[in-house]
Amino acid sequence: MIDNITYLFKDYTLKTVILGCVILGITSGILGTFAVLRKQSLLGDAISHSALPGIVIAFLLTGSRSPVILLTGALFAGWFSSLCMMLIVRYTKIKYDGALAIILSVFFGFGMVMLSIVQKLPNSRQAGLNKFLFGQAATLLREDIFTMGILAAVSLLITFALWKEFKLLSFNSEFGNIVGFPMKKLDLLLTCLIVISIVVGLQTVGVVLMSAMLIAPAAASRQWTDRLEIMAVLGGLFGALSGITGAIISSSTSKMPTGPLIVLVSFIIFLFSLLFAPKRGILKKLYYTYNNNLKIKQDIILTNLYHSETKNIDSIIQNELWVFDKKLIKIIKKMEQANLLKRHDQSLELTLTGLKRVKHILLVGDSYE
Amino acid sequence: MNNAQMEILILAILTSLTCTLCGTFLVLRKMAMMSDAISHSILAGIAVAYLYTKNIHSPLLIIGATITGLLTVALVEVLKNTNLVSEDSAIGLIFTALFSIGIIIISKYAHNVHLDTDAVLLGEIAFAPFRRLNIGNIDFGPKAFYIIGSILILNILFISLFYKELKISTFDPALAFALGITPGIVHYGLMGVVSITAIGAFDTVGSILVVALMTVPPLTAYLLTNKLKHMILVSGILGILTGVIGYHVASLLDVSISGSMASVAGLIFAIAFIVKVIGVKPLNF
Repeated sequence: MIDNITYLFKDYTLKTVILGCVILGITSGILGTFAVLRKQSLLGDAISHSALPGIVIAFLLTGSRSPVILLTGALFAGWFSSLCMMLIVRYTKIKYDGALAIILSVFFGFGMVMLSIVQKLPNSRQAGLNKFLFGQAATLLREDIFTMGILAAVSLLITFALWKEFKLLSFNSEFGNIVGFPMKKLDLLLTCLIVISIVVGLQTVGVVLMSAMLIAPAAASRQWTDRLEIMAVLGGLFGALSGITGAIISSSTSKMPTGPLIVLVSFIIFLFSLLFAPKRGILKKLYYTYNNNLKIKQDIILTNLYHSETKNIDSIIQNELWVFDKKLIKIIKKMEQANLLKRHDQSLELTLTGLKRVKHILLVGDSYE
Repeated sequence: MNNAQMEILILAILTSLTCTLCGTFLVLRKMAMMSDAISHSILAGIAVAYLYTKNIHSPLLIIGATITGLLTVALVEVLKNTNLVSEDSAIGLIFTALFSIGIIIISKYAHNVHLDTDAVLLGEIAFAPFRRLNIGNIDFGPKAFYIIGSILILNILFISLFYKELKISTFDPALAFALGITPGIVHYGLMGVVSITAIGAFDTVGSILVVALMTVPPLTAYLLTNKLKHMILVSGILGILTGVIGYHVASLLDVSISGSMASVAGLIFAIAFIVKVIGVKPLNF
């Protein structure tokens, strides 16, 4: 197993593939952060589907399969599609989601028409275009990596240079307007950068699933932090991690498309974050709710006991029937362990710590220190 | 036009009509992207059911797909209700994950059957006339006729029986609730019908055209009308037009039928958009 892995890392093709996946993961993770925060998660879906006709038309026009040309086509198509969406939303009563669905399906359908034209061409050089549907990391060449790297570097550099502005755009664009930033232009620029980050991943993940690479790493990193900077860095890390893991699994098993695997890994990272994140995670919330409920119930028992004359369990049950049913004995046992009260058969007695806490509750209103 | 071509054309029309019916309500409920999610994620259900039955024509595939469709809707709601991700992120996360599972299963275990990854996106409407329903020695036409036909009837029944409920819960959910119509039941009913429609259409036209047919003609009709009944009617007519023109363009240029139908739907929308935005304004001065 370990031999296999060390062998994998020595392999030249795999090094290229992994490099490609890392570039893809970092770019989409960082720019996805903005897409997710601005509730534009599905924009990526529409743009990536729309890139297909751009790729095919670029091939038809030039007859070349060089990544620079194909990805330029994808860029134009993606940019044009986002322009169409803006037009639809601005000039009609159709809402954002409707515009997304129209653009996504029509552009992709048109791409499929073009693809079926290309597939009938006599020369067989077009065979590689199909890989843009679901991605094929194994076929990445040094030239591809080079193009991807330049696109990624440009988009990330612009993002860092305009970090403050994009932050403003994401959280309070009206304020930005008042302060004098050109928010509409920034919005357009950020959309363009998202288009670029999608184009970077097209060869590896494919047009159909590329949107997941924008959403999943960013949605995962959102669970771990409340700071934009950390979220972006974590998003990039998660994206790179899913890219590497997916690429390795896909190249070590036969008949495994890379795109779906990378997406699945990023989804698992997302689920893990959703459950186990320290502050927002679901488990943490469940734990917090459980503890809080227990504390409230204990407080009710303690105050009841303090005021009650008979000091027995039945009277508490009678007073606060709506809170307790069968769990009362369990809670009382726990309170005995915490040395809050002592139990003699059916009657209860407050200990000194218990008494202190009741006094605190009655004075301050709750039992939190 | 020979017999097989005629059959493909009829199939294209039936499919478009079926999709526009439930698509109208989907669009009005601002759930257009749900058609994208459902049409992709049912693939996981089809793939898992195929692994189990090893038969591509088993009815279990339809059941599996319907369950996955409803599961997608439910999972999106669960994710959204955690308040940890927004609704659109939830949609984007769930359907891509399910679709990936479907694609992985297909490429790993079902590579030889017709359920390959291209068919998933494009469907096989051109091959539909080859799969015929034969009882004894009598040929009753392509099987797809009966599948899409019964789904069309299901759609018509669902919409005409629950027209009032659908209408009220779409436009005024609060009123629907006050009148005792449980929005949840209407919601999941509609989603069930959408899932079944998506499966039927998925087989013939592929997942992307399901999105195109469910959203583009209804949204075009939405631009042109202001009444629900008119919208259903107009989107139905536009759906049929899409089918007819799309098919003829495809056979003329010899290109993908479903792709050409999506493009034609988009073209009709573009015309409506231009007429609406540019053409109407001069009348107002």
